[in-house]
Amino acid sequence: MDVFLTILVDGTIYGAWLFLIAIGLTLVFGVMKILNVAHGALYAIGAYAAATLVGGNVIEEVAGFWALPLMLLGSILVAVILGPFLEKFVLRLFYGRDEVVLLLVTFGVSLILEDVIRMIWGVFSQYVAAPYSLFGNVEMGPLYYVGYDFFVVALAVLVGVATSLFLSRTIMGKIVLAVIHDAEISRAMGVNVSRVYLYTFTFGVFLAAVAGAFTSPMLAVTPSIGVNAIILSFAVVVIGGMGSIGGAAVGAALVGLSRATAINFWPEAELFVIYAVMAAVLLFRPQGLFGEPAQRRI
Amino acid sequence: MFDTTIKNRGAMTGRFKKTGLLAVAFAAAIGLGQALAGPADAAEGTFKIGMTAFLSGPAADAFGVPSMNGGKLMVDALNKGEVPGPYKGSVGIGGMKIEIVPVDEAGGAQVQIQRFRDLVQREKVDAVVGYDGSGNCLAVAPVAEELKALAIFSGCGTPRIFEEASYEYVFRAGAHSTMDNVALAHYVARKLPDAKTVAGFNQNYSWGQDSWRDFKLALDTFKPGMKVVDELFPEKGAGQYGAQISVLMRKKPDVVHSSLWGGDLEAFLLQAGPRGLFKKTNVVFAMAEHVLPRLAEKVPEGLMTGGRGAVGALHPDTPLANWFYKAYEERYGIPAVQAPFRFVQTILGLKTAVEKAMAANGGKKPTTEETAKAFEYATFEAPTGMIKMAIGGGHQAIQDNAIGISKWNAEKKRVELVDVEYFKAECINPPDGMKAVEWIEKGFPGAKCD
Repeated sequence: MDVFLTILVDGTIYGAWLFLIAIGLTLVFGVMKILNVAHGALYAIGAYAAATLVGGNVIEEVAGFWALPLMLLGSILVAVILGPFLEKFVLRLFYGRDEVVLLLVTFGVSLILEDVIRMIWGVFSQYVAAPYSLFGNVEMGPLYYVGYDFFVVALAVLVGVATSLFLSRTIMGKIVLAVIHDAEISRAMGVNVSRVYLYTFTFGVFLAAVAGAFTSPMLAVTPSIGVNAIILSFAVVVIGGMGSIGGAAVGAALVGLSRATAINFWPEAELFVIYAVMAAVLLFRPQGLFGEPAQRRI
Repeated sequence: MFDTTIKNRGAMTGRFKKTGLLAVAFAAAIGLGQALAGPADAAEGTFKIGMTAFLSGPAADAFGVPSMNGGKLMVDALNKGEVPGPYKGSVGIGGMKIEIVPVDEAGGAQVQIQRFRDLVQREKVDAVVGYDGSGNCLAVAPVAEELKALAIFSGCGTPRIFEEASYEYVFRAGAHSTMDNVALAHYVARKLPDAKTVAGFNQNYSWGQDSWRDFKLALDTFKPGMKVVDELFPEKGAGQYGAQISVLMRKKPDVVHSSLWGGDLEAFLLQAGPRGLFKKTNVVFAMAEHVLPRLAEKVPEGLMTGGRGAVGALHPDTPLANWFYKAYEERYGIPAVQAPFRFVQTILGLKTAVEKAMAANGGKKPTTEETAKAFEYATFEAPTGMIKMAIGGGHQAIQDNAIGISKWNAEKKRVELVDVEYFKAECINPPDGMKAVEWIEKGFPGAKCD
């Protein structure tokens, strides 16, 4: 199998994982101007919800295709419980403050959520391994890939397309776009901006939980799995442009492919190339590839 | 009225005088009693230990919590005088009940320095045991010297602690990481005589880089001419290893060496197993033993690994080892792995040193200096076998190691290590006064492998 095809496949799989995490992050930032550091902890909780419902840690292990709807159900439960709670009782208290204050608030929330994870699930690894074999193996030359990895790629495409269509083709989506464009004018036009914030944040939590739940079969689920994921997701969002879903997709693909290339030709630089790409993009487009230059109001 | 008052005052004063005299006499009697009872009272006092392990963070599940669990089990058993083997009937430490102060090792070196100071100065502990992070050990050691407080490390793979400095109050009651890879290289050379190519897959920080360096150097001595086809260093905590697995499958080295641990190791096994990596090449792990009980049937067959010492299911067949392995599983519901085995060595080493010092000073609770002196070059039995404080000027332990091959036992529903080979401590550890890397590079001078 050609080395470049290997890079393409490995880079795409890795990029899909990153995109699944980054899409919720960029959506919340686009609408609410909140850089949600707690997104990583919510991703971890999504993985723990899957471990609870599917992994056989609490109830009997679910090995068949039923595992997939159960993982989705777990993500919905996480979103419905945590999304409104965090938005109404934490974030809402700080609206109107500087973006840095909100960033620090979400950082505090992430630390609390990590402790909550430890209190509920303990510190020991949990596994959701059974769904990983649902789609068999795919042979590509001398290499075998796990079919589930391609399912994650398909899921990332589905989530990206569905979210874009929702924003561009539905009335609710257009209202969200209006709030992204200008929250004050939207409010003047009769839009209930608070409700848009509530729904958007809850949907962001759902996307984080989906990413955690559906990537958990390839991981050992531990309280700190969100830490590394959130750092790379920030790089993806910054490369693509804060708040841009298309940008997040391109950013994730760039990060995935550059990392896979480095691992094949310059393994010591695996992490360096990701941030080199980010630095190069910011050098020429400080607002990211698809971001719009921020207007400063005086 | 005044007279009465004055009389009464006089009477009161007299009463106070009597009471005061009685109180002074009582206090003097107690003081005299205590002074006379001095040495014998050590047996009725307490010995306070600060126990440090990762209770949160990425190392909590692999090392920290199992360590603390093992430590508590051992302390409880010692306090009840229930530990068998050479400790049979011996209560606590020198007859003193052990009191523990558990501390979380997470938070970084600066936090650990502060917590160490708290343990010594505020909690007034007699000794601090534990630590798994090399950075934490390197940071705490000079502080222990400054405070003249006993610190006995359990983990901390780096050999640098006693190679780059000498300490009076700092000890490590378990072997350092050199023997992980020297023993593994011995094993690989014997089991895979036809292997010609090797690749490294280790985390990109000092632990991963040092492990790969030690293995590569050792293998070069045992099997000269082995060609290194790749050196992969994924970041710590990466979690996703698809691209690295592809590289290893494409280059097909005869041997892949890895020192991954904890969640990273589990993720690698979960991802590489279904892709067939373990059927295409021999993946050998420096210390993967700790994930075997939890991953169970998800562990691929045929992995070569150990766990720094005759730990877990590889423990020697002694009353002490058999008791500890059984008692841990009964209490915590999962077999003990390397971390608790290593951790209890600190407690048993401390007990040995204190009791040795007490034997020399007439049975009094020894000073820190007396205990430290007694600890140097001491030998004691632990559940992993005999521990010898043989190197680092008598402050660094050496111990036997064991390597085996993973095999799922469907009947017992647990992963076993089969084809196990035991390596003598003097065969796989450098001699006193020689740096580990220098020892490997020079071809293991002084190694006693017969």
